[in-house]
Amino acid sequence: MRVPLSWLKEYVDITLPVEELAERLTLAGLEVAAIERIGAEWDRDKIFVGEILEVKPHPNADRLVLAVVNYGRGAPMTVVTGAPNIRVGEKGHKVAFATVGARLIDGYSEEKRYMTLKPSKIRGIPSEGMVCSEKELGISDDHEGIILLEDDAPVGVPLADYLGDVVLDIDLTPNLARCLSIIGVAREVAALTGQRARVPDPVAVAEGAPIDGQIEILIEDPDLCNRYSAMLVRDVKIGPSPKWMQRRLTLAGMRPINNIVDVTNYIMLEWGQPLHAFDYDLLRPRRAGGPPAIIVRRAKPGERMTTLDGVDRDLTPEMLLITDGGGPVAIAGVMGGLESEVTEQTRNVLIESANFHAINNRRTSQALKLVSEASIRFSRGIPASRTVPAATRAAELMRTLAGGVVAQGVADNCPVPQEQKTVRLRPEQVGRVLGIDMTADEVKATLERLEFECAPAPDGLDVKVPLHRLDVEIEADLLEEIARMVGYDRIPTTRLRDELPPQRNNPPLELARRVRSALVGCGLYEALTYSFVGAEDQDRLLPPASRADLSVRAVEPGPHLRDMLPCILAADACIRLANPMTPERTTMRTTLLASLLAVTAANLRFTERVNLFEVARVYLPVDDKGLPNEVTHLGIVMTGPRTERSWLTPEPEHQDFFDLKGVVEALMAALGIGDWHVEAAAHPTFHPGRCAHLLVGDKRVGIFGELNPTVRVAWELPEQRVCLLEMDLDAVLGHVSAAVKFQPVSRYPAVVQDMAIVVDETIPAAEVERVIRETGGRLLRNVVLFDVYQGPSIPAGKRSLAYSLTYQSDEKTLTDAEAAKVHNKIVQRLAAVLGAQLRGPSGR
Amino acid sequence: MLEQLSDIRERAMAALAAVDSLTALDAWRTEYLGKKSFVTAALKSIGQLPPEDRPVVGKAAHELRLALEAALEEARQRVLALEQERAAQAERVDVTLPGRPATLGRLHPITQILYEIYSIFAEMGFQVYDAPEVETDELNFQLLNLPPDHPARDMWSTFYTTRDGILLRTHTSPGQIRAMRQFCPEPIRVILPGRVYRYEAVTARSESMFHQVEGLAVGPRITMADLKGVLTDFARRLYGEHRQVRFRCSYFPFTEPSMEVDVSCALCDGAGCRVCKHTGWVEIAGAGMVHPQVLRNGGYDPEQFTGFAFGMGPDRIAMLRYGIDDIRYFYSDDLRFLAQF
Repeated sequence: MRVPLSWLKEYVDITLPVEELAERLTLAGLEVAAIERIGAEWDRDKIFVGEILEVKPHPNADRLVLAVVNYGRGAPMTVVTGAPNIRVGEKGHKVAFATVGARLIDGYSEEKRYMTLKPSKIRGIPSEGMVCSEKELGISDDHEGIILLEDDAPVGVPLADYLGDVVLDIDLTPNLARCLSIIGVAREVAALTGQRARVPDPVAVAEGAPIDGQIEILIEDPDLCNRYSAMLVRDVKIGPSPKWMQRRLTLAGMRPINNIVDVTNYIMLEWGQPLHAFDYDLLRPRRAGGPPAIIVRRAKPGERMTTLDGVDRDLTPEMLLITDGGGPVAIAGVMGGLESEVTEQTRNVLIESANFHAINNRRTSQALKLVSEASIRFSRGIPASRTVPAATRAAELMRTLAGGVVAQGVADNCPVPQEQKTVRLRPEQVGRVLGIDMTADEVKATLERLEFECAPAPDGLDVKVPLHRLDVEIEADLLEEIARMVGYDRIPTTRLRDELPPQRNNPPLELARRVRSALVGCGLYEALTYSFVGAEDQDRLLPPASRADLSVRAVEPGPHLRDMLPCILAADACIRLANPMTPERTTMRTTLLASLLAVTAANLRFTERVNLFEVARVYLPVDDKGLPNEVTHLGIVMTGPRTERSWLTPEPEHQDFFDLKGVVEALMAALGIGDWHVEAAAHPTFHPGRCAHLLVGDKRVGIFGELNPTVRVAWELPEQRVCLLEMDLDAVLGHVSAAVKFQPVSRYPAVVQDMAIVVDETIPAAEVERVIRETGGRLLRNVVLFDVYQGPSIPAGKRSLAYSLTYQSDEKTLTDAEAAKVHNKIVQRLAAVLGAQLRGPSGR
Repeated sequence: MLEQLSDIRERAMAALAAVDSLTALDAWRTEYLGKKSFVTAALKSIGQLPPEDRPVVGKAAHELRLALEAALEEARQRVLALEQERAAQAERVDVTLPGRPATLGRLHPITQILYEIYSIFAEMGFQVYDAPEVETDELNFQLLNLPPDHPARDMWSTFYTTRDGILLRTHTSPGQIRAMRQFCPEPIRVILPGRVYRYEAVTARSESMFHQVEGLAVGPRITMADLKGVLTDFARRLYGEHRQVRFRCSYFPFTEPSMEVDVSCALCDGAGCRVCKHTGWVEIAGAGMVHPQVLRNGGYDPEQFTGFAFGMGPDRIAMLRYGIDDIRYFYSDDLRFLAQF
């Protein structure tokens, strides 16, 4: 809402400097977003109200004239102007006159450029000053003609004093609908500065025949229109509205049109009551011989009408219409119809001042994508009590400004009168909720500033809510008003004295924190990617040939999705946005991998090393209508050189499966998960020979490996290994140990013995190690696989694994012989269970 | 003979002083104490001397040998130190060469801010409570006093899903209802962090996904003065203890009274600058006393309980703190961005 201060002053005195007033309003909830000062830049000693004494032809140019201007300071000056709105022979125009040296805006420049007025010669005639356009003064972009002021404008007064104004641009929250009007803002200013707003009770001089019988008003749907008031003004003369009104409308952000339309807009801005002016003579009766009729009803199926903006609109039966005997003439509270519009030919005007259902109005304007100044107000609610005062004031202005004759009385159809609400307020609630102590008298005085009337009640006050306060319904609303009036800054600042609620651990939060900390320690950067992906993105994680395979790509919602890792769900089974903003973000993801690959691709355009992780939710639909299961996953991507390239490592090797496996091991250690292992896995997203399931206990909780080269190509990634992991963090929650179990450190020396064995290459290393550990028992303290070898010295189909085994006792110094005894047992067991052959044991 | 011994002593000592390597030291030992050395020869030849000379020469030769041996030992220590010094010198490096790359990862700046917020509120007894991001219209709006077609719904541009009544939460506030329904009738102090979504075009200033942290306290004796206290303490800890905190009346359908919270701009100290849009204040949170109907919707009797709630945006906090002028950086995950925090 744009509020010109000059207009506001008609209804309340401004007792504070503008900045202070703006601050006060802002703190009270009327956020002043900007203070615009009209005329603040006008030189008070160089720009004046002037009067054109004479307009003479320019001897050398047809399009230019010479204006002789008296500006009240010394001899009149002659200026050359091309303004089309003054003509030779005219005189008496009041203008904005700038003398040489004045700082103005260049009227011919596209952007706002300041210039200083210099004496000049135009086509041989010296020009001693300038008659200014709105653009040159920064009032608007209008440079068509010069400003013509009211005839009574005082010559010689600095223009800043006459035309200067301040506009408060106020951002209003939806509850402040009452302040979508000058009077509404005036009431707030009054309450905040300890005054009463001067709200008039409008009267109109009505000398015409009574309105009764001249219009018939029927409200067929009183649930959507609880009041329809109309006044009739005959014999108006359509023309421009006076300059002061045009100026106020412009300052408030509306475009002047003609005196009748401008009056309706002016009243809307002043009272907050939207009005509509019909050409009375175009309204048709319900039956031949009857008076013109207004019928307020819902639209019929298939009904259409053309609105003022020339658009032909389809109407639906939820929409409320104003119709006459012939058909629709307006969409109630949204926009008038083209047919009954006020035109140059209009003689008689019917003023509509009505009250429409806020929610219905909002739905209609949303359905039609048609938001008007009227619908903004109706959709937030207007008191029904306001229709008659607003219509009366409008009629009176049309009488005085358009020379009309007002019909006596108001045609007022009011099936649902506005009731005045009373709210019980218990003063002790002020202390209980706001934390300030106020007596009943103080509460009463505070509320009375806002025109609430308070009467004693058994347990407090009965507070009568003024009719213009539709937003106040319950005690809490009054508490807010009290807080607003006291000032939030004067409410004390205290520390919570309430009992501390039970404090609980949050294992998922703690887990996420430990995961992040471990991975950052491993050199990974944390990413946060969008929760939504494009419809095709997840499918692109699979080679096309695999997309029909229901074991890797699900097409139905359900609890089984939880067990799919990665969960690649057909887009139409995912949670999908009904109104996506862009095609890249339409589908709530069920796997983190697509997002991570996208981010990887973006980063690989400028670097060759990307090590990222994300802890975020995936959204797994459990059925086809309810909320999805939101599961927290971990995703990791690692690709590119193992270390940054440097003079020490000019050609670092690229990361592969085992770099990621190392991170997995570090992560499991950091989380204190002991019972985990991996199994070779096959999944088409991953490299066929470099993919593993991560199991905790017996449960698969993750999958990791190198990206399938086919998929890599589909994602347009450069030719380098890309390692990926996805893990269900919620699934490991129960396995994370908060406390480390301490192992005593032996005080006795250890014996280290190496062993190299040759086994079938199909036997997993983990199986070999399991047999070693199982056989080694308590004395075997550590197993390190330090060499894996296949080559000429090893039979085909076999491989050599070399281990370094550490033996140690907690009770004594172990002898070599004692260690060797265990060592040999392991060798024998490996031979028996796995067919392993010793390649050549060696002590160290 | 004695004179010769004396000469030898002088020569040997002089030569030893010049020795500066273990190799030279070895050569010196061979020359003066070796099998072919004069001293050894002198000692061997004592038997051939006249008997009366033998004790004198023998003693002198023996003394010389002991003296040379002692000097040798002394010189060995000196030369060893020299050798070590020389070896170390040979390993001298250009200390200005870059180090071996050590890669420590980084947390996303939003995570860092979130963790900071958690820890500040944890000390005031507020614990983290998680709520879903895909929500029902009922929880996101209706139970927060936003029935269908309420004009205030315009304050939240919403992503709806193709499922009836299900949307992406536009704020963390639906978590208030979930927390209340879970904990009622216990008193509550929680913060609810997480992702929220708005149907908005992505620009430097607005994102379709960002983060919020909601706070909720419910109890028998909670006042608006307490709310001011908690947010003032919070703001001073996060933004600096000298910051001014301002509470402005505002509107949220689920709180009453409602307020916006501003801190004095840290960049210009309240004088007015681009960041604070020349107001001297930066908006950091929306807050208010929980609306009685919302308390009821959560299961609490508003005659017995009061509560406050607040919401803030970690993305915005991070932008202010680090001087980031484009919110799109946060979810582009450009390593050149992530590596800075």
